[in-house]
Amino acid sequence: MSLIDSLPRVRSLRLPRADGLIPWIVPLVIILVWQVACVTGFVSARVLPAPSDVALAGWKLLLSGELVRNIWVSFWRASVGFLIGGSIGFAFGLANGLSQLSSKLTDTTLQMVRNIPHLALIPLVILWFGIDESAKLFLVALGVFFPIYLNTLHGIRTVDPQLIEMGRIYGMTDGELFRRVIFPGALPSIFVGLRFALGIMWLTLIVAETIAASSGLGYMAMQAREFMLIDVVVLSILIYALLGKLADSASRALERLTLSWHPAFQKH
Amino acid sequence: MQEALRFRAVDAEAVESPDFVKRAQLSRRGAGAPTRGLSLTIRGLRKSFGDNEVLRGIDLHIPAGQSVAIVGRSGCGKSTLLRLIAGLETVTAGNISFGEETRAEDVRVMFQEPRLLPWARVLSNVEVGLGRERHSADAQARADSALVEVGLDDKRGQWPAVLSGGQKQRVALARALVSRPRVLAFDEPLGALDALTRISMQRLLERVWQDQGFTAILVTHDVAEAVALADRVLVIEDGRIAHDINVDIPRPRRRGSAELAALEGSILKNLLQGTEDTSDL
Repeated sequence: MSLIDSLPRVRSLRLPRADGLIPWIVPLVIILVWQVACVTGFVSARVLPAPSDVALAGWKLLLSGELVRNIWVSFWRASVGFLIGGSIGFAFGLANGLSQLSSKLTDTTLQMVRNIPHLALIPLVILWFGIDESAKLFLVALGVFFPIYLNTLHGIRTVDPQLIEMGRIYGMTDGELFRRVIFPGALPSIFVGLRFALGIMWLTLIVAETIAASSGLGYMAMQAREFMLIDVVVLSILIYALLGKLADSASRALERLTLSWHPAFQKH
Repeated sequence: MQEALRFRAVDAEAVESPDFVKRAQLSRRGAGAPTRGLSLTIRGLRKSFGDNEVLRGIDLHIPAGQSVAIVGRSGCGKSTLLRLIAGLETVTAGNISFGEETRAEDVRVMFQEPRLLPWARVLSNVEVGLGRERHSADAQARADSALVEVGLDDKRGQWPAVLSGGQKQRVALARALVSRPRVLAFDEPLGALDALTRISMQRLLERVWQDQGFTAILVTHDVAEAVALADRVLVIEDGRIAHDINVDIPRPRRRGSAELAALEGSILKNLLQGTEDTSDL
């Protein structure tokens, strides 16, 4: 009797904790295998330094303040570029989703520009902006523009027309219709665009910083390569992975917060 | 023919009136002006979509507070007629007039799909139905009492996604009722529900109609539903009113009674007249 009684409690205590740990099992195992391979000499330290060496290099850079400064610079570039490109993309997505005229006027042009890989513009951007901050911001903004634009447009165009008709019947003004029907209806699609854009944001920044920069994580990695500091190179790569994960978690949290009505996001 | 039928309809109204009005007055509750049905007159109504003439001259008078069912084969124009009455389409010729001046909130429609906002809780979905009055101080109280009326007040804080099909349709009904409409148009409101839910929804519709006394116009393909709910059944064929039948069976009507079955049978026979293929009814 007492055993049976205690069963559900034990399960409910253990499950959430295990759930939270499961996603980290694979990365931990990889690091463990990597460490063992390095310590036993299976992998030469000139090819890949041991995780412990990478951590040590990170600690040294942290103490010197260099790491924090570079992460901050990269983070600043990523977010400012994202804000600029994202808001322009969002604005165009709204305008072209809501207005036939605006869509006719700009959509074809935007679709043409979209098919140019934005990183192919790097030579041109360097000629225009030098290796200044504005060059990186321009590239990041251009990169995040399209996923946000396309998904906002798609979201607005696919809002259930029956709901829009319902809103009109019940006397909603254009503003109310947008606020209560169109925007919430487009939100799931906008979030898809947001997450795509976050991925492109880091990708663009890394490339831009490794090619032309005098600070930032990409610059730190390139400097380390010059001096054969392979542990710092690996450290930079790992930090990119963590920052990417962080951005993704932030957008997921935002999704859960704003899409709690959606069956796919409901907590069970 | 139309004239004669119209007289009969008015007649039926008079027979039914005293008892029904008393009951409606008794059960009218809450604040606000008492609801009263609006009469509706349609003259020479035509509607075309391009070259396709869907309605070819409809003349119809519906007295205030009557419940009218419109039946017909699919594509006969019955939904178009309803959408015209509700102001969702513009008429090609002819006119539709209500007995008095109407506000937007006086005429409400309920569709086959619940059309609830998935991102709004049940209560705010009902508040949508208040139209321009949704910002008034008593908006929430009125939405609450509309939910009580359909028996869903315990679901007010839920998302629509967790409700069953019948519950969603009841929320849609509460949303249509909350502005105390004087004409309520139903476009196959029970078409997507299972048989048992349909029956309880029919009872609910009958009850709120008796409580509130609005003029009800119900488009349905189900003749049994039409005779069970309506005072009067209109059969539409080829864009015209082919038959106008009074249902003077007293309420509460017993489902499956011989009278209802006989009437249903004769309407079905009318509908099937002149058609070889009866399978697509």
